[in-house]
Amino acid sequence: MPPSPCALCHTNRALILRPKDHSKLCRQCFLTTFETEIHHTITSTSLFTRGEKIAIGASGGKDSTVLASVLKTLNERYDYGVELVLLSIDEGIKGYRDDSLETVKRNAQQYGMELTILGYDELYGWTMDQVVEQVGKKGNCTYCGVFRRQALDRGAARLGVRHVVTGHNADDVAETVVLRGDLPRLSRTTSIVTSTPSILTTHTNIKRSKPLKYAYEKEIVLYAHHKQLDYFSTECIYSPEAFRGSARALIKNLERVRPSAILDVVRSGEDMAKLVPGSDEGCGGTCSSSVPVAEEEEGGCGNANANGRTAGGEMASIEQHLAQSEVAAEHNLEVEVTTSSVNGAQNGSVPFTSGKKGRKNKAQPVPLRKLPKQVMGQCKICGYLSSQEVCKACMLLDGLNKNRPRNTIELGYEGQKKDQSINGVASGIEKLAVNGV
Amino acid sequence: MAASKEDDTISITVEFSGGLEMLFSNERKLPLSIPAKDDTGARTNVAYLVNYLCENAMKDPKKELFVLDGTVRPGILVLINDADWELEGEEKYEVQEGDNILFVSTLHGG
Ligand SMILES: [Zn+2]
Ligand SMILES: [Zn+2]
Repeated sequence: MPPSPCALCHTNRALILRPKDHSKLCRQCFLTTFETEIHHTITSTSLFTRGEKIAIGASGGKDSTVLASVLKTLNERYDYGVELVLLSIDEGIKGYRDDSLETVKRNAQQYGMELTILGYDELYGWTMDQVVEQVGKKGNCTYCGVFRRQALDRGAARLGVRHVVTGHNADDVAETVVLRGDLPRLSRTTSIVTSTPSILTTHTNIKRSKPLKYAYEKEIVLYAHHKQLDYFSTECIYSPEAFRGSARALIKNLERVRPSAILDVVRSGEDMAKLVPGSDEGCGGTCSSSVPVAEEEEGGCGNANANGRTAGGEMASIEQHLAQSEVAAEHNLEVEVTTSSVNGAQNGSVPFTSGKKGRKNKAQPVPLRKLPKQVMGQCKICGYLSSQEVCKACMLLDGLNKNRPRNTIELGYEGQKKDQSINGVASGIEKLAVNGV
Repeated sequence: MAASKEDDTISITVEFSGGLEMLFSNERKLPLSIPAKDDTGARTNVAYLVNYLCENAMKDPKKELFVLDGTVRPGILVLINDADWELEGEEKYEVQEGDNILFVSTLHGG
């Protein structure tokens, strides 16, 4: 085949075939176009506010590395006036995060961003290794998954940051749409922003968003490649059995047949979500009308963005253990944050304030039929979104702490001042019991 | 690149990244000398190369993580001299002396 010229500059040789529109671009035009589209996502949804401090959930993998690089570029190019910091979570599994955390440390230097690494031990009082020691290898992925779900929010609260961005891409969202049939969940899944009310009794809302939501995974990988970004790719976590026939495989096959399919799925997920104006009512009145709350997060460890860092051994077996649906479910949970504000594009920042009532979605159609809703409230102990009085993390911690061997009960870590959840768990549960709730 | 010493082989570089290297004994860069023609006398193309890699370079028995239904598994990008293989004719691209062919997985954690 003779080399094709770039469709934009008509000068350089095209190296990239864009999945969304089949345009052929040269390296430089591709990088610029990719960045400009992320910029468009950010501005059209009023994602950022000048002066805002934003934590990038960083795993050292391709998505969060590309996110950090692009946000740094855009913040400088378009003068967003936001402060970007990196936030990484260490589950405390010996050897598991070593390479990826080294990558994040290099990224922090490369991008001149402040980096905070928070361990499960600091956030919860327990490393995963300690959890495994106590509960055994069976069932420990429940702990890992539940803890991970809240870790970024708790970490952000610890840093006094109100906004966490994650590297979820269009493939991630499409996978979730395919997996989630029910409409209320679709709303949460496809929304670019969600909010988690009142984390850790500080009554601050943590806003979560996904600036790469419309970016194809293929283009993220190509961006990292052509920009020679330093990212860590992990061992294969998909056992062939799990991958074959999984939603992820379906997405990739769709893409091969019709490359635009991924965004089509994302968009149809959004459209279906619009049919459910009440989809965010399930928050029990704690959330604003226009920003879906993060859904209560449930079992299973390792999402496709965060796992796969397997250094063999323990984590490998944990992850093999995962049914594909669990992978997917978890996936969704990390993607949760959903809002219909995308259609609104109000001036100023995206409204996410909790406690603000009153519907803004006047324009939305009346629901055709009432859908069953999960009632969301807040955990009485930590304030995290929960359909129960006490959230799953606090329940698990309570069980762990009750059985903690005496000599390891020292909880002298500095995070205690802000994060009362660990010591607070046991007493909180007792209080509830006394109240007869 | 100088012409290969023997007429019946071509020298290329194959690279693996994005986690795919783990299927190839953690080898990220593989200098290869492959036959210039296949059994039928046709010039070696990418389809032949993929099959060749499966049989000669891949120690991991989980071939389906690389090849599925007779082709490179969806989710694995192929770059021929840094260009998307879809711009080069995909599997039918005839491998040239000195080519750099990169297989990069998008399926791993990020
Ligand atoms: Zn160009
Ligand atoms: Zn709680």
